[in-house]
Amino acid sequence: MKSAADYRLSQLDELESESIHIFREVVAELERPVLMFSGGKDSIVMLRLAEKAFHPARLPFPLLQVDTGLDFPEVLATRDAWVDRLGVNLVVASVDQAIADGILVDDGRTSRNRMQIATLLEALESGGFTAAFGGGRRDEEKARAKERVYSHRDEFGQWDPKNQRPELWSLYNGRLHEGEHLRIFPLSNWTELDIWHYIARERIEIPSIYFSHRRRVFERDGMLLSEHPANPCREGEVVTERTVRFRTVGDLSLTGCVESTAATLDEIVEEVAVARVTERGATRGDDRFSEAAMEDRKKEGYF
Amino acid sequence: MDLLRFATAGSVDDGKSTLIGRLLLDSKAIFEDQLEAVEATSKTKGYDYTDLALLTDGLRSEREQGITIDVAYRYFATPRRKFIIADTPGHVQYTRNMVTGASTADLGLVLVDARQGLTEQSRRHAVILSLLRVPHLVLAVNKMDLVGYDQEVFERIRAEFVTFTQRLNVPDLAVIPISALQGDNVVTRSENMTWYDGSSLMHHLENVHIASDRDLRDVRFPVQYVVRPKSDEYHDYRGYAGRVASGVMKPGDEVMVLPSGLTSRIAGIDLFEDEIAEAFPPMSVVVRLEDDLDVSRGDMICRVKNAPEPTQDLDAMICWMTREPLRPRQKLAIKHTTRSARAVVKDIQYRLDINSLHRDTEARELGLNEIGRVTLRTTQQLLVDPYEQNRTTGSFILIDEATGNTVGAGMIN
Repeated sequence: MKSAADYRLSQLDELESESIHIFREVVAELERPVLMFSGGKDSIVMLRLAEKAFHPARLPFPLLQVDTGLDFPEVLATRDAWVDRLGVNLVVASVDQAIADGILVDDGRTSRNRMQIATLLEALESGGFTAAFGGGRRDEEKARAKERVYSHRDEFGQWDPKNQRPELWSLYNGRLHEGEHLRIFPLSNWTELDIWHYIARERIEIPSIYFSHRRRVFERDGMLLSEHPANPCREGEVVTERTVRFRTVGDLSLTGCVESTAATLDEIVEEVAVARVTERGATRGDDRFSEAAMEDRKKEGYF
Repeated sequence: MDLLRFATAGSVDDGKSTLIGRLLLDSKAIFEDQLEAVEATSKTKGYDYTDLALLTDGLRSEREQGITIDVAYRYFATPRRKFIIADTPGHVQYTRNMVTGASTADLGLVLVDARQGLTEQSRRHAVILSLLRVPHLVLAVNKMDLVGYDQEVFERIRAEFVTFTQRLNVPDLAVIPISALQGDNVVTRSENMTWYDGSSLMHHLENVHIASDRDLRDVRFPVQYVVRPKSDEYHDYRGYAGRVASGVMKPGDEVMVLPSGLTSRIAGIDLFEDEIAEAFPPMSVVVRLEDDLDVSRGDMICRVKNAPEPTQDLDAMICWMTREPLRPRQKLAIKHTTRSARAVVKDIQYRLDINSLHRDTEARELGLNEIGRVTLRTTQQLLVDPYEQNRTTGSFILIDEATGNTVGAGMIN
């Protein structure tokens, strides 16, 4: 006879079950969902969970990627491999195209990351998408700690932190008016370490830049940035070759790497478990401008 | 490693944020850059010590007002367990946030200041946690350092709280004397209170027995989504996706589908590419039946002689969450498990004063943050159990059809 203790899920299985439930709920209730896919580890874990939620059927929604023009080639390669394997439709919204179309103006000072916001909102609107899955986690940043799983956005794509819908039990409210949409965060309750444990457990394919490699880098604002034609060195910045890996994946002019020899998933898990600096604080220029950088970008309609 | 979700309640003055900051810090869930930012802010503000409470201040509007206005979720893990904290503000006007945080909690943590003893607020927190059927309750008597670690102070507060909770439904209660600021009994047993022979707060959180909280007897499987691949390989595949609300399901089990009442047997249970031997809460699985029945979202799979009650009349405790009051004859949208319908308010039986537990049967409406017993009539049958038996099939939300906002939380009697 089994006892109650035999019917406990591990915390990773419980998180997986919760995320799968969220995916199915959205697809059952909302008209046109889309999964915002960056090619980073979080969006790949999302894709894996979505695959599990609908197996043996195909994913019932397309992927949307905002191409900043500054994406790591290794990330694009992994993206293409996933798209091929799942036989899923990929929509690419390009920042360069948005500039060419006059939707955006490149003033030379605004970061690509910031310009993604308008490109993303335009792509969501023109695709008629009413629910966009994002890989945001509540442990990432202070402003995200209060984000709902179903995050309501008005017709301008804005988030109003003071006027969020209460979210109780696992009863999600997917009501929308014309022009509004929802951001859905199936990984809300996952931590960075959970993501890595899951990738290691499921042997999920992720971009090679997460693993330790030799790379030509230079220092800027205390971060190690990649040498790249689109990301020229400024005066006084010196390029050296070092053994590094990336903890997050964003546009390469803003995403720094860390010195690391972690070359396998198990070594990464070990490194993350003892890390003393948050992944965004360590390597994301976009979150360091002010104490409320993320909060401000989210209000405008960021991922 | 398993998962424990707990909700904290208490005001700024009770040291709740300091306690959470300490739990996060001591379990290494706080990173150096976060701590440095808080140290810098504390210095700018001219504080003598690092204000750990700043770690949990989320939004700029909250920092500006110096209060917490919304539920914040925090994460930490020890080698034994992962924890999710629903950190809820304590003020009376934020009852709805506390209800929200408590709705998913396995454990509720109420903080009191040893110098103040029980306040109206701590009683209210205990009432809400018991209404939401949070199975485990902890009262942390904080700031013991400021009362000279006096056992008598602690015993007096404990006795008063135990007497109070006898009027509530509290299946498991622990009372722990702590000092969040000094670290007494937070992670390790305090040497300043040798008279206390119970566990530290962290030890209690790591070891509290939650395996038996789930109902493994009454099978309830709300159908969320029908999986039909329409591919050559899986031509005839038809599976019912959902999350097990309660009970254990196995292939071969005779089951009934509600509301149709048709019966069949479970042909198989799929978890991605694996066929599994049994499914239990809170697993998300796909169930296949032997017979080709007409099953869709909103239906419920259960056992033949153990089914929820199909009803259009609900008698429920409702927490109202919006400024415009709830009144008789009001029409709302209702979401219960995977089923959505419309509901009309037939009657407000009483409003509950959550400080005195007094029932006001004269009440004609429920205002923001008020809780009352209400009768509803729904446009279609819902498949319900009493909330005290099942937190999934016994709960619902009410939605304003004009604004689309969630305006009420209901627990079925």
